[in-house]
Amino acid sequence: MAEPMKIRATLQGDVADVRILMLHPMETGARKDSRGDIVPRHFIQNVAVTHNGKTVLDAQWSQGISRNPFLGLRIKGAKVGDKLGVTWLDNKGEKRTDEATVSAS
Amino acid sequence: MIDLSRRTVLKRAGAFGVLTMGLVTGLAKSSNAMAAQWNEVGFESKVMADALKALGAGNPVESRDIAITAPDIAENGAVVPVAVTSKILNTQQISIIAEKNPRPLMATFDVSSGSEGYISTRIKMGETSNVWAVVKADGKFFAAKKEIKITVGGCG
Repeated sequence: MAEPMKIRATLQGDVADVRILMLHPMETGARKDSRGDIVPRHFIQNVAVTHNGKTVLDAQWSQGISRNPFLGLRIKGAKVGDKLGVTWLDNKGEKRTDEATVSAS
Repeated sequence: MIDLSRRTVLKRAGAFGVLTMGLVTGLAKSSNAMAAQWNEVGFESKVMADALKALGAGNPVESRDIAITAPDIAENGAVVPVAVTSKILNTQQISIIAEKNPRPLMATFDVSSGSEGYISTRIKMGETSNVWAVVKADGKFFAAKKEIKITVGGCG
């Protein structure tokens, strides 16, 4: 079971500054373990961010995104208390969704 | 997007009859939540030109309205912070390409509908290279680049 994401969203004017930290190995498929065996590619392929249920960001990622990925975005027309949802899906079909609310800065 | 694909799926199921229904709903189920589009051709491309082609961005126009915020020198290639700001009107999509990485296309962000033309993330880089931000706006493609020097590569 994947670890929960850390999501912080603070309002600046009418824009929510959103910072998301996901916990994922993001294996490239090029790294070898201590026994010299190649560690299979394992990475997040899709990330979607919703604002009060409406999709505001739809991302496609490669294995080139760093381990424990960081994602920052800004959502227009946001208010304190607005609900954010973040979902990721990796190449093994593993999936995780977390929610957060926009807070005052 | 979810609703749309679902609707199409249901419509098709209706058209092809009950037999296909199970199969089609099965498909819909596996692709729930996110439509899970993934630009396989682009992400598996070994050179930047192929990745651009897969994005439909053949020859993007260089633009000063795109800003790449990243260090000039990154000590650790495993974690290189890259932020892209596009001031181009109607920015729909931002892609990040690390030109000399084994597979250059790092990520594509569809930013239309409600999010600003801004994205920030961290990428891996094997060696010193130009990093490109490719922006799609009103169906046209624009690009900007910045060289990032890498002290220790982070691809392995």
